[in-house]
Formats: sequence, C-alpha cells, structure tokens
Amino acid sequence: MPEMERVSLEEVRRVAELGYLELSAEEETRMRRDLNAILDYVAQLSEPDTASVEPMAQVSEVLGMGDESTSILRDDVPGLCLDRDRVMASAPDTDSVFFKVPKVIER
Amino acid sequence: MTATVAAESISAIRNSIANGETTATAVAESTLARIAETDPRIHAFLSVDRDYALAQAARIDQSAVRRETLPPLAGVPIAIKDVLTLEGMPATAGSKILEGYRPPYTATAVRKLAEAGAVFPGKLNCDEFAMGSSNENSAYGPVHNPHALDRVPGGSSGGSAAAVAAGMVVATLGTDTGGSIRQPASFCGVVGVLPTYGRVSRYGLIAFASSLDRIGPFAATVRDAATVLGVIAGHDPMDATSSPLPVPDYTADLDKGIRGMRIGVPAEYFADGLDSEVRTAIEAGIEQLRAAGAEIRPISLPHTRYAIPTYYVIATAEASSNLARFDGVRYGLRAPQSDTLATMYRRTRDLGFGAEVKRRILLGTYVLSHGYYDAFYRKAQQVRRLLTEDFLAAFREVDAIVTPTAPTPAFRIGEKSDDPVAMYLADIYTVTASLAGICGVSVPCGKSREGLPIGMQILGKHFDEAIILRVGQALEQALRD
Repeated sequence: MPEMERVSLEEVRRVAELGYLELSAEEETRMRRDLNAILDYVAQLSEPDTASVEPMAQVSEVLGMGDESTSILRDDVPGLCLDRDRVMASAPDTDSVFFKVPKVIER
Repeated sequence: MTATVAAESISAIRNSIANGETTATAVAESTLARIAETDPRIHAFLSVDRDYALAQAARIDQSAVRRETLPPLAGVPIAIKDVLTLEGMPATAGSKILEGYRPPYTATAVRKLAEAGAVFPGKLNCDEFAMGSSNENSAYGPVHNPHALDRVPGGSSGGSAAAVAAGMVVATLGTDTGGSIRQPASFCGVVGVLPTYGRVSRYGLIAFASSLDRIGPFAATVRDAATVLGVIAGHDPMDATSSPLPVPDYTADLDKGIRGMRIGVPAEYFADGLDSEVRTAIEAGIEQLRAAGAEIRPISLPHTRYAIPTYYVIATAEASSNLARFDGVRYGLRAPQSDTLATMYRRTRDLGFGAEVKRRILLGTYVLSHGYYDAFYRKAQQVRRLLTEDFLAAFREVDAIVTPTAPTPAFRIGEKSDDPVAMYLADIYTVTASLAGICGVSVPCGKSREGLPIGMQILGKHFDEAIILRVGQALEQALRD
C-alpha cells in the first residue's frame, strides 16, 4: 500500500456509521482499499477548469424545462393513494395501522 | 408456432393472433416452454409466473374471438427487469433486502405494456439495485451470455439482454443509469434503447440514481425496439421529470434511410483501451453508414475522459441517498432480534446489501460528507455540465453520433469482479450520454473472431429517438444484406 492513503480506516468507519452500514473487520480493510483505488481514479476531476461553470444537477435545467413557464407539476388536489392494507401487507412488523419498530429511546 | 415464437416479430405475433392463425395462449405456452428449456443454462429469470401469463393471454384471446381490434402488443411475450414493479409480483432488484417483497403498485412503463396487450412471463435477473456492468452483483447469481456461457451478459440489465438473445421472449424492459441497457445489448448481440431523460416515466422504478435512471426496451430488431419504446414513452403525472412533449410514431420513418444525414465520429471514443476487433467492426459499420448515404464527420467531445469519475461521484452520491429507504421498517428484509432501532437498521442493511452496494453507499456518503463535498460532488456536477455542453455543441454540427458501445466484447465471468475500477471502465463509452440526458441505442455491428457480438452505439440529441432509430435501422439493413 502506498503511504499516502486518501481514506483512513477511521474514515471508513465514520462513513459506514453515517450510512448505517455494519462492516466486519475484513470488509473495512477491503472497502478502504477499494475506496482509495476509486478515489485515486476520481482525482483527475481536479484537472478541468470549472471556476466559471455552474453545477448541473439534472438535464431539464439545460433544456430550459421545469421552470415557471414550463412547469409540469401536478395540480395541487387530493387524489387516490395506495391502499393501506396492501401497503401494510409488505411490512415486516405492523399492527395494520402503524409500522412497529424496536425501541428508539432508552428509558 | 411452437418453440420459435420469440424469433417472430411483434407485428407477426399480433397479426397471427388477430387473424386466428394462432392464439395468445399458444404463444404464451410456447414462451413458457422455451424458458423452462433454456433458462437453466442462462439464468435470465428470477421469477416466472405461468398462471399470470396465461391469464393475460386468455384475455387477449377473448378479444380476438370477439373480433375486436387488438392492441399493438397483443399476445407479445415481454419480460421485465426486476427493478420495475408489477403489482403483486416479486421485485427483488437483484437484492436480498427485497426478497419476498410484493409491491402494491405497478410501474407506469409496465402498466402501459400491459394495456397494450403484452404478456408477462416473469421478472428478469440484474445486478443488485442495477449497480454493475456484468450481472455478477446479483444476489441470486450471475446470468450467462447466450453466445458463450462462460462470459458475462453485461450489466446491469444482463437478464433483459440475455432473455432476448436466447430467444426466450420477443422484448424486455431494462434500465440504464450509466450504460445498463446499451452495454448488455452490445455484449448479447441485441438492440437496446436508452430513451432521452424524461421520455419514459420512472414511476415504479426502484431508484438507483434519480437524475440518471432511465427505462428502455430490448428487442432483436430496431423495429421491435421502436414499437415498444412508442408504447412506454410519454408524460406521466406520477413522475415530475417526465416530459410533456408529444410522442411520435417511432416506426413511421424507420425505412426512410439516412441519405444526407450528418453523422459524427468522436475521436475520443477510438483512443487507447479500445479492443482492436471492436475498432475494426465499428469502423466497418461506419463505412456501411457512409455507403448508405450518410455524411461522416470527425468530431471532438473534449471532456470525455472525465466522464467515468464524474459518473461514479454523482451516481454513488444519489444512490447513498436513495438507498436510505431500505431500513427494515416498511417492506423487505428486517434483521431479527435487534434491541434498538439503530441496531436494526445496521443489521438489516448488513444482511441485505451485497459488497458492491455497500461500496457505492460508502463512496457516495464520502463524496457528500463535510470537507469533501466541494472537491468531489460539486466538482462532478460542474464537469457534468461541461460534458453536456460538449454534446450540445456537437449536435449543432451533426444529426447523430456513432461510437463503440463498449471497449471490448463480453468478458469472462470472474475476470473483473475483484477490481472495481476495471469494472467501471466497461462503461467508459456509455456514461457520457447518461450524464448529458441524451438518447442512444446499441445496435449489433458484427462479431469478434470468437463469435462474440459487438455493438455500435448511436447517440442523438434530446428527444431525437426517431433519428437514431433510423440510423440503427440503416445499419441493421446494411449488415443483413
């Protein structure tokens, strides 16, 4: 491994915590290796001069769509939504009205 | 018609049902038989529902008996990538975290196919959450390329490409975020269409990267792919990014030819890293287009080299946000016996997600995190604009752009699975169109000496699907003659 590593083991753990991922020790080592390899490749992004370039989040802004004049939002009126019973049928744990989860707050 | 149904065109199947030569039930039975016989070697299907398909077919047959005008896809067997929902049917997205999930609603593109009379034999294998270029990231095992069983079919829509290539169904739906329709179409020797962003509603597509995700068809011919595209395209109030532009008849002008059309060939797509046999095949295809009357022009898309890093920053950032919904609360897997909510989240995601999905969530979370946002995420969004402007400038000079779809033919299963950067480079020619939101199609363009298919990618400006399909049709015709 080269000495200059972009991502340390501690950073892998921190990012895993942010993403609610549980990694084994073996996975932590592998993910660190892979993230460093990918970020080394991604580093070439620093080359092009973008000082005067606006970020682009998605294509409709380039096409001039989605602004006030071409709004494609639905009218703000109530409509049918998915049937509760069919939605709740997929839930791992439910009383048929609410989703049930393990306790959130220690008492 | 018996085991050769899938070799028939959409119009041949529909018409022979309409005039009583066969029935939708007979077509469905032969499709199911073909799947049962072929798929154990290919593994394109994750689920097959015989009763569902036969019930759909029976409804078509009732219409046919009553001499009603049949819809455009009447009785045509079409299979669906497992990242798209069909109410009550499995939708695993290739992931353990959605094993057993039965969505309570149907994707708009799938609903439109059903309304057009298509018959759905089942759902198709893919890389987990459409993250991959080889289909090896499916939690349910890889798909084998029908042209060489030890090779990958490409990804992430590997099952969608292989099912058509193996003659199991006439058409399929796939999804493409960075090349996931075009690259497997190239590897499997079929036609795969990437519609313009906003052309096909994403409602009911299990999201990977929402500014890039698109739904499109696979078929054996350009005409059949154009027919399916015409059915699934159009505005949908359930997707705020769906375009209100009218949908043309994509088959109307297919045979008008390409005389006088200006076709650009970007130098950057023929540089180092391009397999020599792929280069030879694509150059021969370009000569066919010239012979058909097109004006071939060299062009430049100068920011192409930054496309892969740009794509992997933006796609993983969006994925890390989209995949936050898989938390064991509302659907899918929940890890048992967790004391607290936070533990349940972590253990569910550990059990449910495979290595590539975890890798991308980590990368996406990293590039969005404090201290790295500007250097990676904001920078990638700026370069995305430069890449898009490259295309907008090019399309002021040319009507379409042709390139190789992938730098190599299909590689071997296992060949790149331990090297994420090498795997990401399989998408080097496809991610640019994804980032720019333009349309594209991969059309078969010869084979390697080993008999592996090679695809030509034809790119068009936003909402110019009719143009690129016409170029594709011209190539298909030239290579057939």
